[in-house]
Amino acid sequence: MRQYAYFPGCSLEKIGLSYNISTQETAKKLGIELKELEDWNCCGATAYAHVDELLAYTLCARNIAIAERENLDLVAPCSACYKNTFFTNQYLKKDPDMADHINYALEEDDLHFSGSISIRNLLEVFTEDVGLEEISDSVSQPLKDLRVAPYYGCQILRPKKDGEEIEQPDFFENLLSAVGAEPVDFALKTRCCGGSLLISSREAALSMIHNLLKNAEDSGAAVIATACPLCQLNLECYQNQVNQEYGTNFSIPVVYFTQLLGLAFGIPNKRLGIGSELIAATPLASFAKK
Amino acid sequence: MTKPSFREEVANLLHAAKGSPLSACIQCGTCSGTCPAVEFMDHTPRRMIGMILADYKDEVLASNTFWYCASCFHCTVRCPSEIDIAETMYALKRYSIWKHEYQEGLLGPNFSETFVKTIFRSGRSYEPVMATTYLFSANVKELIQEASMATNLMLKGRLPVLPPKIKRLENFKRMINRVIPLGGLS
Repeated sequence: MRQYAYFPGCSLEKIGLSYNISTQETAKKLGIELKELEDWNCCGATAYAHVDELLAYTLCARNIAIAERENLDLVAPCSACYKNTFFTNQYLKKDPDMADHINYALEEDDLHFSGSISIRNLLEVFTEDVGLEEISDSVSQPLKDLRVAPYYGCQILRPKKDGEEIEQPDFFENLLSAVGAEPVDFALKTRCCGGSLLISSREAALSMIHNLLKNAEDSGAAVIATACPLCQLNLECYQNQVNQEYGTNFSIPVVYFTQLLGLAFGIPNKRLGIGSELIAATPLASFAKK
Repeated sequence: MTKPSFREEVANLLHAAKGSPLSACIQCGTCSGTCPAVEFMDHTPRRMIGMILADYKDEVLASNTFWYCASCFHCTVRCPSEIDIAETMYALKRYSIWKHEYQEGLLGPNFSETFVKTIFRSGRSYEPVMATTYLFSANVKELIQEASMATNLMLKGRLPVLPPKIKRLENFKRMINRVIPLGGLS
């Protein structure tokens, strides 16, 4: 059985609760044990690094050190949690002086960073560690003719790690195809949803969300699939405000890819958090387990 | 000893970024063409780098450019000179918060500080506290939009009622104190 230290992150506690429960349900179905990281703290999102860089790394290092104590690789479903934790791990491994300094701080919580584990995102765990074949084999209700816009967002892909394809990635499409869905050609799939600009620079964020929604609609998608709670929040909950601002009439459900996988695996709606959307996920209704 | 120039100060703030120095910029504008928020910026990212290199300190700090960076890292991955432009934007945010010098009316600095203070106090972030940054400056229409969305999220059970906190909060605070002394914050 595959085991990981599971770092849900702050957003998955409430706003993105359906991502949290659908992650756990689909992982269980695939024989993955997700062991929640004991007493984890916030990854800092994009804000810590605005204030102090060393602080930003220290807070992520605490989570890594807790996972190291369990001797498990860490998986983060949220793109920001993943990116911050991944790069902290990488920087500290490359910079022993900074690691020393941060270890001095971690002593206060009886922790130590040694650089012994890998940091993974959930899409990677599903597409690489488990593999598409095993995922296809678990499908009992193929998502036939469901047109899905695969929305990668930013921080799963960027910054670049090591020579991987980031301009035209296709692993998300392949995963959707593996459960019988039809990924559409979504040109803006790796463009930004605006992130926290929604709070600090609203006009800019609404314009970015508008572009994405328009492109998803033009591509013929019935739903947008995301792998990040902030992308989900921005694209779903601010559709109404985009409509008011731009005179548009968007009403596109935005769901987590784990909810789609769960449906295809025959897991009931309720255990996937389907029903907590602000824009009802009606295109999924015909696949729900009766 | 001469005082470091603004250009040197910014370079010194990039100690963890693994990219090329700003002096490697060839002013090609790929960053500006890539940036999803460029149309809202006072100066494009390309121009901003040029201004830093020319030591236009006051003009750089007075601009909104780096506060409109959403951290999407699209400029960083496309820069042919391999400059980590998004990290440069972070460095400018830190510099501007540190000097307490930024364009009036911007919400970004306050949002970042509120966020970090929330983490210092509880170890976790809490959406309702974040929203207050924005609400103080929102107009009536935006307030109504936000309130209506919050109500809908609440009805769907998607808003936290009580602020969460980690268990070993005292250790956590002492840990932070070893990195940056908190002073009045702790």
